[in-house]
Amino acid sequence: MALPVSSPQATASDPRDRGGPAQPLLIVEAMRKYFPIRAGLLNRQVAEVKAVDDVSFFVIKGETLGIVGESGCGKSTLARLLMHLIPKDQGQLVLDGDLVGEARGVLLNDLRRSLQMVFQDSSSSLNPRLPIEQSIAYGPKVQGASGKSAKAQARALMEKVGLNPNLFGQRYPHELSGGQKQRVNIARALALDPRLLILDEAVSALDKSVEAQVLNLLADLKRQLNLTYIFISHDLHVVRYISDRVLVMYLGQVVEIGPVEAIYDDPKHPYTQALLACRLSMDPEARVDAAPLAGDPPSPVSPPSGCRFHTRCPFVEEVCKAKAPALGDVLKLDPGQHLAACHMVHPGSGHSRAAASAALH
Amino acid sequence: MTDATADALRDLPARPAPTVRVRGYWGSVWNRLRYDYVTLFCLALILVIIGLAIFAPWVAPMDPYKSSMAHRLKPIGYRNYLLGTDEQGRDMLSRLLYGGRVSLTMGILPVGLATIIGGLFGVVAGYFGGAVNMVIMRTMDIFFAFPSVLLAVAISGSLGGGITNQLLTLTVVLIPPLCRVAETATSQVRNMDFVDAARSTGASTASILFTHVLINVMSPVLVYASTLVSVSIILASGLSFLGLGVSPPTADWGLMLSTLRQSIYVQPLVSAIPGIAILITSIAFNLVSDGLRQAMDVRA
Repeated sequence: MALPVSSPQATASDPRDRGGPAQPLLIVEAMRKYFPIRAGLLNRQVAEVKAVDDVSFFVIKGETLGIVGESGCGKSTLARLLMHLIPKDQGQLVLDGDLVGEARGVLLNDLRRSLQMVFQDSSSSLNPRLPIEQSIAYGPKVQGASGKSAKAQARALMEKVGLNPNLFGQRYPHELSGGQKQRVNIARALALDPRLLILDEAVSALDKSVEAQVLNLLADLKRQLNLTYIFISHDLHVVRYISDRVLVMYLGQVVEIGPVEAIYDDPKHPYTQALLACRLSMDPEARVDAAPLAGDPPSPVSPPSGCRFHTRCPFVEEVCKAKAPALGDVLKLDPGQHLAACHMVHPGSGHSRAAASAALH
Repeated sequence: MTDATADALRDLPARPAPTVRVRGYWGSVWNRLRYDYVTLFCLALILVIIGLAIFAPWVAPMDPYKSSMAHRLKPIGYRNYLLGTDEQGRDMLSRLLYGGRVSLTMGILPVGLATIIGGLFGVVAGYFGGAVNMVIMRTMDIFFAFPSVLLAVAISGSLGGGITNQLLTLTVVLIPPLCRVAETATSQVRNMDFVDAARSTGASTASILFTHVLINVMSPVLVYASTLVSVSIILASGLSFLGLGVSPPTADWGLMLSTLRQSIYVQPLVSAIPGIAILITSIAFNLVSDGLRQAMDVRA
């Protein structure tokens, strides 16, 4: 099911590689973003939305890391933090062994070239007044390419994503279908020759047949251009198809991370289990009638004490309300590790099921 | 599909790649405008009025300043006075043509200046938001608090009359509304993903503003500005009417209306002529801006 991780040899031959094949392409450490809520006459801060709360993970060269979670769990905020589109409150970003600078500088510009993003809303992510060829050529021009070479590059990229440059180059976004627009978005993101592509719900708005085409295109491009993907989606089938590892988020925190087969075959966190149970089955007899997860997630303004999932968890016990479970050492840089932030998997946590689950960890 | 048809299809000569008409943004705007006959007519009318004003010295049948006591307030069509004469016996048609020079300048120039200045402030306020936005927009609100005519009278009154001061007054009065339109349009564009995409390429703020923001803000601002041309002409006429604009004997539509006011019972039709000129010009500008708004909407 999962796409094969490109071999270490292929990665090592990449001239852009600095840290060697064992060095993760991206290490995200304790990333945090709280959005202030201001109110009142003096515009004082009355509360804050804990959108992304101490999120740590790493991305290996050549893999696809899927990020799943309900709407509003902080997936998109995380993507924008990684892209430095919004300032972070706390945390560090290590790109292929180098710490990414805080201020505008050479390193941030490097990051800009190495990290690109494909946005969710294909219609608002293209300038309606620019022909798509110019939209794609904009990035290289900004980075100092001449108008002519940027244009040639844009045309080559359009070819690569399956759009005839003679036919589409001079068109405006409103003259394109959703799938075509998303192809342009992918081409635009690839224009700076990035190593890591963040795909924020990149195929969610497309209909199923187009979605499959774009997914296959992404798989081809990944092989050809030696790319690494962070694939954000709420569609668990798609994530399973494209990802090598999966990260599950709930209310701004990582609740489970592990290889895709481990997550899908043996989910450890009750939230992951519930999410997977929500998937529609191909077999009509096996379809679920009742929603495994009831209600909306609690407000990220005042998340529940202890484990943030305890308000909806079927296995909730006193320890869950009192103490927040730890995820474990995420940054051990072991791609095979399967971690869950749940008291049930931590032996000796005080949860009645913990002892039984101890062997799993 | 049978194998035979598949073979037949395969054997068809490869068709040459279809060529696509390259039609830029302005090309597509013109393409939509081409069939909008009302707008085209008004556009032609405006061009004629502007042309007549520019070439007034050659077109005008008589000297607009030569008065004649014997031929005061003659009706339309009197001898060779096509539109009659005013209260000093000057040829109305010639004065109308010359008057268009001042009035059209007062209509177009302040709007152009205010579009540049107000648009710039609006784009800056909308893009940067926060404190910058507050300072700029609250300042504009202060100007907004006064009715535009009152504001124009107040500024003109303190500056004194004359063409330059009238121009200045009108520009100041027109900046706040244009600034607000630009600000609203910019803050909408600012939150679109393509601006974030541009930022993530490492582009400078200036580059983003010029390539991505201005181009999208331009059409609502330009359309709004074209509606203001008629407002500006009327305001300028009003100022001249009150004696705060150009001074007699300069030919100007507003001033002519003002001086002919006393003769309205003697020669009502002749007295109304400058008013009719203002009316036609402003309606034409309004209709053109209406048509432009429709033609510039990409998704139409």
